[in-house]
Amino acid sequence: MNSIMEFLNMGGYGAYVWSAYGITFVVMIIAIVIPLRQHATLRKRLTSQLKRKNQS
Amino acid sequence: MNNLSLTKAFMRLLRRDLLLVMRHRSQAANPILFFVIVASLFPLATGPEQSLLQKMAPGIVWVAALLATMLSLDAIFRSDFEDGSLEQLMLSPHPASVLVLAKVIAHWSVTGLPLLIAAPFMAFLYGLPTDASWTLLLSLLIGTPVLSLVGSVGVALTVALRHGGVILSLLVLPLYVPVLIFGSGAVQLTLEGISPAANLYMLSAILALALVLTPWPAAAALRLSLS
Amino acid sequence: MPWFISIFLLFLMYGLYGGLVLAPADYQQGESYRIIYIHVPAAWMSLFIYMVMAVNGAIGLIWRIKMAEVVAISSAPIGAMFTFLALVTGSIWGKPMWGTWWEWEARLTSELILLFLYLGVIALYNAIEDKRIASRAVAILLLVGVVNIPVIHYSVEWWNTLHQGPTVTKFDKPSIHISMLLPLLSMAVAFKFYFGLGLLVRARKELLHRERNTSWVRELLLDE
Repeated sequence: MNSIMEFLNMGGYGAYVWSAYGITFVVMIIAIVIPLRQHATLRKRLTSQLKRKNQS
Repeated sequence: MNNLSLTKAFMRLLRRDLLLVMRHRSQAANPILFFVIVASLFPLATGPEQSLLQKMAPGIVWVAALLATMLSLDAIFRSDFEDGSLEQLMLSPHPASVLVLAKVIAHWSVTGLPLLIAAPFMAFLYGLPTDASWTLLLSLLIGTPVLSLVGSVGVALTVALRHGGVILSLLVLPLYVPVLIFGSGAVQLTLEGISPAANLYMLSAILALALVLTPWPAAAALRLSLS
Repeated sequence: MPWFISIFLLFLMYGLYGGLVLAPADYQQGESYRIIYIHVPAAWMSLFIYMVMAVNGAIGLIWRIKMAEVVAISSAPIGAMFTFLALVTGSIWGKPMWGTWWEWEARLTSELILLFLYLGVIALYNAIEDKRIASRAVAILLLVGVVNIPVIHYSVEWWNTLHQGPTVTKFDKPSIHISMLLPLLSMAVAFKFYFGLGLLVRARKELLHRERNTSWVRELLLDE
């Protein structure tokens, strides 16, 4: 138990270290998720456009 | 026009641009007026305390010079772009980069040169000692052509865009920062009694690089914008 | 699928890192130095990605190869992200170490300039309608801005700066202990795989957008 608390505390620098890692982690995930969703949206939009064109 | 030597074409273009500016003198004066006004407002705003003014002077004068140049950049290519003469220029048999250089020199004569003339007045306003004033003048002398040269690449890239002005600032600012740092740094060093030689050498090196390396990308960007 | 391989290797590297972060010994700076494991790889990536973009931009400009253009612009947001992270983590690290969030010194300033260059590239590309022309304009901008890269790298050698000097990218032995060097390198590799992953995702999207009116895209979409 002790060592986990020590780990989180990072010798007193916990706030700095974990905010740095935290921001990095969050930003890097968002930076992958956003283009994935944009891609999915683009595909949907283009596919429905094409289907409409084919029907008309 | 067909058998014009490169030098003659260069001089003709230079003269034409300068003539055009002379005809619209009031428009051309805008950047300089802006420079003088901005730089004059600061002492009014912050009070006349000598030491404070002196310390601020290098930064303020240089930033004002930067902003004034950025405002006037559009003029290098805009009017020619709009009336089609830019296309004519690019179609000529002469290397476009040299013609671009002519336009940049014209721009500098109209923007940078007057800045240099206004600089001693600025130095007086801020109570700069003589040696710092000379450094200011020298740093502007070397630095302002760089601003025109680098700016020309930015304008060439954005002249065809609708909201080109905003993007122009974004593009050109990162490249201007070193000039600003070395230029105002030189004056600051002189104020502290240290020789500004290193900074001025760096500025000269940047100028040499810019002279050689900017006309070609600017010409290439112009061709892109025209297409 | 190359997809899963990338993800896998990525997690592998991350796993290595996870194990090693727990291992390294203490340091004079105390535990706060551990920020180095993201700060330095992020900074390395910010420079690396810019070079990748510049080279691809040049290839696209000279040989007009579409993939080069797509790679160049798809890398931009990732490069901007790493630059941002390098600046932010550096700032967070600087507060306990130097006592300040920011200093206007050579390396920090030139890295900030790099961020603006990335943003400028993205802005310029988005402002031009015809994407083939946009790619070429961006390539020109990238090549002009490439002078900043050696400035960033050598800024700590050329000037008296607050930021510490090079410890890994020198030509003789790195002046850092091996137990700290390994996790650092492993993170660097992990970030490279992340870049690959991000690049694939964005390049697919960009390609789909650029080629949306072609027949192969139509077939692909209608097959669903």
